[in-house]
Amino acid sequence: MAAPKPRVRIPSTAKAGEVIEVKTLISHEMESGLRKDGAGKTIPRKIIKQFTASFNGKEIFRADWQPAISANPYQSFFVRVPETGTFTFEWLDDDGSVYRSEHTVAVE
Amino acid sequence: MILVTGATRRTFLAGAGGTLAALALAPTSASADAKMVADEIRKLYGDRPLKDGRIKLNLPSIAENGFAVPLSFEVESPMMEADYVTSVHVFADGNPSPLVVSYKFTPLAPKAAASIRMRLARTQSVVAVAEMSNGDLYTASKEVKVTIGGCGG
Repeated sequence: MAAPKPRVRIPSTAKAGEVIEVKTLISHEMESGLRKDGAGKTIPRKIIKQFTASFNGKEIFRADWQPAISANPYQSFFVRVPETGTFTFEWLDDDGSVYRSEHTVAVE
Repeated sequence: MILVTGATRRTFLAGAGGTLAALALAPTSASADAKMVADEIRKLYGDRPLKDGRIKLNLPSIAENGFAVPLSFEVESPMMEADYVTSVHVFADGNPSPLVVSYKFTPLAPKAAASIRMRLARTQSVVAVAEMSNGDLYTASKEVKVTIGGCGG
């Protein structure tokens, strides 16, 4: 499979202190570890197990995802923009890979 | 015309093959039940009392496709250093494993709210438990009827 590609919808500007909704999507099969292949062998689990959102290096929230999360996981949430700064979103794969997406939001 | 018929036949065979493959993928493991969810909650929070309210849990009453059921929630809270939501756990009592997702919030989050899509193996109840920074626990649940299960079967 191609490397998981994060997609994030976030405005590039906001008013100081404004609360904005962020929508994220990442391409990933989220293999649950419960399915069997044609030969009856269990397909090993491989999911994104954690999603983290932070602002200027400080964590806003994190989500621990279980195999019950759908393939190509969608996650939306709310953040506050206190000042011009950078939001970092990270997806941690079972295999240790980290997929990162950074977005600067300017306060008008 | 012959070509068109051929294509239709191939499409049909591919479709039939796909159905067989899907049947072969049916889960064999036992699924969770309400007691397992209660056990998980006890493991996390001990015997602390669970109160109703403060959680708005949005789920469809009927999910046609159990592979991607939209779930969203919002917990009522000022989300300030002195009073905020520390965590939200979501459980599904008819899935192979009850825990679906756990959120850990900090006071930097303006709302303890999120939406995600989850898999539901069959018709079941989805339960959310929110913990406040003062230790209070709130819960909400909703039954979702699932037409096509979402765990490979």
